[in-house]
Amino acid sequence: MRDLIAEALKGHDAEYIEVHSEESRATSIVYRGERLEEISRARNSGCNIRALVRGSWGFVSFSRLNGLREKVAVAVEEARLASRQPFKLFPTEPAVGTVVPQLKKDATTIPLAPKKELLDSYNHIMLSSPRVQSTRIIYHEVKRKITFANSEGSYIDQTKTDLSAGLTAIARKDSEVQQASLSLGSNGEFSAIEGLQERAGEIARRAAALLSAPQVKGGEYTVILDPVLAGVFAHEAFGHLSESDHVYQNENLRQIMVLGKRFGGKHLNIIDDPTIPDLRGSYKYDDEGTPARKTYLIREGVLEGRLHSRETAAKMGEGATGNARAVNYFFPPIVRMSNTFIEPGSASFEEMLGGIEEGVYVKDWYGGTTSLEMFTFSAGEAYMIRRGKLAELLRPVVLTGNVFTTLQNIDAIGNDLQMNQGGGCGKGGQSPLPVSDGSPHIRIRNCVVGGR
Amino acid sequence: MQNDKAKSKDGFTMENSLKLLRSARKAADQADVFSFSARTTTMQFEANELKQVQTRESSSIALRIFREDRIGFAVASGGGSWEGLVEMAVETSQFGGPANFQFPSSQDYAKVRIFDPEVEEIAMERMAEVGKGLIARIREHTPEILCDAQVTRGLSSISLVNSQGGEGRYDRSFFSISLEGILVRVTDLLWITDSESSCRPDLVAIDDLANRVIWRLEMAKKRATVSTKLLPIIFTPLGVASALMGCLVMAFSGKAVLEGASPLKDKLGEQVFDKKLSLWDDATVAYGVGSYPFDDEGVASQRLPLVTKGVVSNFLYDLQTAALAGTHSTGNGRRAGGGFPSPAISSLILGTGDVSFQEMVADMKEGLIVEEVIGAEQGNILGGDFGGNVLLGYKVENGEIVGRVKDTMIAGNVYQVLKELPAIGREARWVGGILQTPPLYCSGVSVTTKGS
Repeated sequence: MRDLIAEALKGHDAEYIEVHSEESRATSIVYRGERLEEISRARNSGCNIRALVRGSWGFVSFSRLNGLREKVAVAVEEARLASRQPFKLFPTEPAVGTVVPQLKKDATTIPLAPKKELLDSYNHIMLSSPRVQSTRIIYHEVKRKITFANSEGSYIDQTKTDLSAGLTAIARKDSEVQQASLSLGSNGEFSAIEGLQERAGEIARRAAALLSAPQVKGGEYTVILDPVLAGVFAHEAFGHLSESDHVYQNENLRQIMVLGKRFGGKHLNIIDDPTIPDLRGSYKYDDEGTPARKTYLIREGVLEGRLHSRETAAKMGEGATGNARAVNYFFPPIVRMSNTFIEPGSASFEEMLGGIEEGVYVKDWYGGTTSLEMFTFSAGEAYMIRRGKLAELLRPVVLTGNVFTTLQNIDAIGNDLQMNQGGGCGKGGQSPLPVSDGSPHIRIRNCVVGGR
Repeated sequence: MQNDKAKSKDGFTMENSLKLLRSARKAADQADVFSFSARTTTMQFEANELKQVQTRESSSIALRIFREDRIGFAVASGGGSWEGLVEMAVETSQFGGPANFQFPSSQDYAKVRIFDPEVEEIAMERMAEVGKGLIARIREHTPEILCDAQVTRGLSSISLVNSQGGEGRYDRSFFSISLEGILVRVTDLLWITDSESSCRPDLVAIDDLANRVIWRLEMAKKRATVSTKLLPIIFTPLGVASALMGCLVMAFSGKAVLEGASPLKDKLGEQVFDKKLSLWDDATVAYGVGSYPFDDEGVASQRLPLVTKGVVSNFLYDLQTAALAGTHSTGNGRRAGGGFPSPAISSLILGTGDVSFQEMVADMKEGLIVEEVIGAEQGNILGGDFGGNVLLGYKVENGEIVGRVKDTMIAGNVYQVLKELPAIGREARWVGGILQTPPLYCSGVSVTTKGS
């Protein structure tokens, strides 16, 4: 295969050519209420080629390796149609290697029967809880074998596994419907979804409790975010803004995001790090063959770095960070996050609560989106805070704000970092990409909370 | 699937489908084989320049079997051969849901116009010109805007065969233009997205798209602040899609109705919405990108009323859900990515009213026009809650649009808001190719603004 690819890449009029070839196998299990709605197996295989010719890219994705040389020619031909300023990719050492995940209990090797048995048990717990009308369980696992090669001599074989799961309890009373969820994931380690009996019961009880919970009165509050939601905040609000493809050609945004600028207090550190072992967003090489590395986005409140592909690094005069990723062979790599988190500080949860006369404690998440400057994220669980104490449960709330002012308004950072491996990230039509995010508890002043 | 012509590609697929069906029949009581192939070419503009040209080929073949009264499912995508699918489907059938319906037998499907051979004739150079022209037009109005744009043409083929003699195939053509403009001033970001698509390239109204974007740039020039209180809101067609449709689509799914999670579950034949409101799912719209002669299970397509003058008239069903609910499939069995069928919309058409947009604006003392909301999908959408950050919206004061609002959230419940509508707009337009809607004038929506 290596020779076949090397041969196909030779002698084209292009500055750079890369090939991805991929084979994957996936299993999905979906429950809706007591009914197992879908159980399916899938396999997928294909390749892509990306060619850089005088500043522009051609990309082709296709099913079979035969005729590889002609496909390369098509990509080169396509790139010629475009007409940008020529540039040189940020130089990286050609890499040769093989990466295989080290798993204690690889989910992709476990038969269907025990998986179903486990999910059945969670479903039963939720369904037998009072007022729970229905449930959703989604389980998905995939194993991908990916070969990357480029015209500079890189040749990397990587095997990647990924597991994601979600449990949702839906409670109903008359025409009122409320739900509570749990979202989990791992790098393929099956233990991530074992032993969730207690948590299944807890989300079922919470869904029922939400039926009689009041809605928060909309307005500005001091809020405390739990580690899950604060992690989503780090990812949505700041992580996406640190993706250089948003920034590199936008002169105004470059000035806003100028390195060395202060974005928050001295206690604020935000990091993206694919080199942490065994998280969902961990890898050794990105999809351009660049070795993964830890990047401080904010250090002591000051903008220190951002996430790059080889193109954005070259165009901004910064270094490639190993953040060019693609969900599969159907797409070219684009700048993405890996494991993104806020570093722990020194405050305890009680200390944070103590100073709040009236506020909101928000936990867990439904999701989050961003338009660079503005973000919204939704809490799955929320409580009023009154006179320094947690008070009543609230209906789910939506938080929104301007990233820049919100970062400034973080006035306390907890000492209890936790990483959240649920969900996945979407960008440019590529979704879901395995990532993780995390944070300790954080406190934000003057945050807009939506309600009625 | 190396051939460029849709016809020969499809011939190849159908032959494999029949082989797979024959092979599956040895192990199964009933079976169906769904195969899909597509080839798309996209001109990708980034920061006003053509950055990348891409061609993507995709294909998949999916097998569903009934074995010992249970459903099994397996799918192969890309170059993955169909061999082995029978074993994978048999394995999953041990755990699958009940096989309680029949695959549709042979029938004549009414013709739905979704193929235009012209699409194949559009040269890549011409597509590049179209994108450049659109960007030039918008920059003529606002020179400092940065536009990302995509011009895509595509062809796809679908074929379906089943053990009950059912058989069908069709080709679809596709042409679309999408634009994402970003304008940054100090720390103020304006983000404008829009698109046009059709199966027929000459129906893709590039001028209309440009005019809409320019109108928004005009309206957003000035800034305004609304009060934190209940306000009337005009949702533009984009706003209807962005804020309201997610909840409604979910509630009309036969699955949500069957499990009792839809707030509409007992409301068939009841007046739930304003008398002025009518809504259809229509898979027969000529050259609509959501149209088809038969759904992904071989059930003939139709124009299905969902709401007739405010009365709930139908829900969306696929074969399996319909069987469980004791009703018939509505021809809405769709397979996302060639996977397991599920009830889903084709195209939604919301009936027009008799009030012009100008008249609605003139009617407002203080109110909002909402074009786009982020985070609307994050709340309790099953319960009908919508809300989020107004990414693009304008304040109306004494009947005049006075400027763009920022740091503003809206929140409401579709069943409350759509129960009594002050007015429905006279002029409808397509959003994203699958929703045709006029503007909706709603009253009493909760609006929360930072700093008020």
